[in-house]
Amino acid sequence: MNLLPIRPSDVEDCRHSAASIADAMQKFINQHSTVSIERTILLFYGVAGANADGIPLINLCVEQCVNANIINQGVAYQIAQHIKAGSCSPQESAEKIGYGGEIIPITITPQEAIDILKPFTKQAMEKIDSSCHQRTTTMEGFESHEQKRFGPLKYVIVATGNIHDDAVQAQAAAQSGADIIAVIRSTAQSLLDYVPIGATTEGFGGTWATQENFRIVRAALDIEQEKQGRYLHLVNYSSGLCMAEIAYMAAIERLDMLLNDAMYGILFRDINPRRTLLDQYVSRRIIARANMVINTGEDNYLTTADAIDAAHTVIVSHFINEAFATQAGLQKNQMGLGHAFEIDKNIEDSFLFEIAQAQLVRQLFPDHPIKWMPSTKHKTGDIFWSHRVDGMFDLIGIMTGQSIELLGMMTEAIHTPFLHDRFIALKSADYIFKTARHLGDEISWKPEGIVVKRAQNVLTDAKTLLQEIEQTGFFSAIAKGSFGDVCRTETGGKGADGVFERHESYVNPILDELETNA
Amino acid sequence: MPDNKLPRHIRAYGDRIDGSVQMSFSLPMPASEHAKEVAKHYAEAHGLDHVLVASMERASDDFSFFVVYGKSKHTVSPGEIKVPDVHIPTWSPKEIDEHIKTKLKRRIVIVGACTGFDAHTVGIDAIINIKGAAGDKGLESYAWIAAYNLGAQVDNPSLLAKARDLKADAVLVSQIITQRDIHKENAQELILLAQKQNLRHMKFILGGPRIDNLLAQQLGYDAGFGSGTKPSDVAAYILDVLLKEQGNHQ
Ligand code: B12
Repeated sequence: MNLLPIRPSDVEDCRHSAASIADAMQKFINQHSTVSIERTILLFYGVAGANADGIPLINLCVEQCVNANIINQGVAYQIAQHIKAGSCSPQESAEKIGYGGEIIPITITPQEAIDILKPFTKQAMEKIDSSCHQRTTTMEGFESHEQKRFGPLKYVIVATGNIHDDAVQAQAAAQSGADIIAVIRSTAQSLLDYVPIGATTEGFGGTWATQENFRIVRAALDIEQEKQGRYLHLVNYSSGLCMAEIAYMAAIERLDMLLNDAMYGILFRDINPRRTLLDQYVSRRIIARANMVINTGEDNYLTTADAIDAAHTVIVSHFINEAFATQAGLQKNQMGLGHAFEIDKNIEDSFLFEIAQAQLVRQLFPDHPIKWMPSTKHKTGDIFWSHRVDGMFDLIGIMTGQSIELLGMMTEAIHTPFLHDRFIALKSADYIFKTARHLGDEISWKPEGIVVKRAQNVLTDAKTLLQEIEQTGFFSAIAKGSFGDVCRTETGGKGADGVFERHESYVNPILDELETNA
Repeated sequence: MPDNKLPRHIRAYGDRIDGSVQMSFSLPMPASEHAKEVAKHYAEAHGLDHVLVASMERASDDFSFFVVYGKSKHTVSPGEIKVPDVHIPTWSPKEIDEHIKTKLKRRIVIVGACTGFDAHTVGIDAIINIKGAAGDKGLESYAWIAAYNLGAQVDNPSLLAKARDLKADAVLVSQIITQRDIHKENAQELILLAQKQNLRHMKFILGGPRIDNLLAQQLGYDAGFGSGTKPSDVAAYILDVLLKEQGNHQ
């Protein structure tokens, strides 16, 4: 593919500004923690169970520490103290704290706590590493197939609300050619401050993300991929108020990708900005350790802001997401930056603008598994028209060499995808990917043409905005509505009370391990 | 009373008035000659004659997908079908402001939100925020309307509390997610709560892509607005009912 003529120095400037924006936030991140992060630490230590009302023990345990005003020392500290006092495991300690409300005074030093927990920390790391190992060796086993395939990985969504139907539909999608299956979460899950337990059959607009649900669909895909002789990727959402917990559960259940964005929760669910920043950091540390891929959510900005005017904010957010991800130890090949075919279809030459944006993103992030997302907001109930829109979208996907393509659904404006909606989308994408396979190689850009100009303008605007944010800071950019036209304040939003400053004696051996892994 | 001016016994129009319809669906069985025949019977069971299974596709190992054409035997008479139309006077935004000032002689207060766990703000924003929809400016842009947009994920009690505090004339509710009828439950609960709190004298208006006036009324609302609604439609409707209540409408 011929490259668009963009100035390398512009790209360097963007990366430089983004790195300094993320750097400034890292100081804050290193001094704070959240209830979700602390619960995740308990998950690492194998703490399981729930009370009679179904409230997970990890929640009860962290709540007790919050109420006793000792959470700022880290839940691990109290767990270690209980082991010192005779409990034989983190589970037993957590039960005493969570069910029994037994908080005991700290007598050991932080270093002693770390030493007491050492065998359990080692065990916890072995567990996540072995899941990761199992997943990657399975994937490598199918490599010969990988060499034959071409074009973007075909990604589809299942969202029946019932995990058992999701499993059936995931297999059916794979049988009609899908490479990646995402089970999307039920409405309302992002605002739950706990992860439900067990298999679920009642969701709205999606299915609850639970560890058991992850296991069920992974098992269905394990069977299917043996049958087909090719690897099938599974995706879920690490977002909302439980980013880190879900990242851990996904790692253990061998998921391949997670929707995970440094800003999505802030902008689209009104979750507190501090909370999101902290949670995204730890969730990404887990994702980095387990060698999974993140999918970021910049496509969404174009549903609340205008896709022509706000195109540069997508690029800005890519650079910021990349910088935060780098700080959390992710490699480029783990960063699935998202962007979308979302310009109003009534606008003349908008297809050219879409090409410009898709090609620009490809060039700016050549080593990243970038994710090309379909038109959604401008779809209508006219499924025949919508299907044609998706064809135009597929054409750009193959032409500009996108890594992952979330296939558009002709029924986007109506319902979450039905079985045959996915089939039709897959069949059509196959047709377009095959017949236009080398289209990109044939194209050279007119130097003064519409596409080149558009790409250059978007990049220039992105650079300007990044430099502005570098001056004003990340939180104030969000407060000003720089992304998606949505304004959120640093201390507002849901889950703000779950953020706390770490005490100087804060103990978190798991995070220490995740951070040294880099 | 049936409307006699409207045609009776009409059918779908394809090449002529022939009742041509197209159906597409999946069956939970593998594609096969047998499945094709099953699909044909399935279409016939819906009242189609001359059924043509135009395409059978293997959607997966266990599912087959069909595109079917046929001639429907059924007819309908438009005159016998009643739709509770929302009465929307054809006033321009300027006229609306003018009428509020000169006829109603006080500001109209509206409070809106996307309620429950629904986080879709674009629809309610299009109605309330200045930006508006398709070139038609939102309610905030009217000098004589005080519009409050509470955003999304607003629970019913908070919406009503705000409506009471502001002495709202109208409460605007947006419901976008409809899977398994979640929108109906939540929308209906608001009305029940409003009745309990003696707030039902306010106008309650429901909107969203899957909402129509009939459904809204069934759920206890005064009116419902669907896809493609313009803010000026909503403003004109509210003004019209308020004027009628005030009794000086001409
Ligand atoms: C943008 C979008 C999002 C954005 C929303 C951003 C935001 N801040 O609003 C994001 C990405 C956050 C999102 C999330 C989800 N979404 Co969504 N989303 C859409 C999408 C693509 C467009 C909606 C839109 O903005 N339309 C444009 C506006 C202007 O149109 P409108 O809403 O119809 O409004 C007009 C009229 O209806 C009317 N109107 C609307 N409200 C009101 C109120 C009043 C009082 C009046 C008078 C009029 C009125 O006037 C408006 C202007 O004309 C639709 C698909 C589609 N094309 O419709 C899916 C869609 C609505 N989403 C869907 C789903 C399932 C979800 C999720 C549950 C997915 C998930 N599992 O996470 C989450 C829900 C999160 C939550 N808690 O609500 C489904 C709903 C399926 C169903 N029938 O139940 C859809 C249909 C997509 C699909 N096919 O699956 N979504």
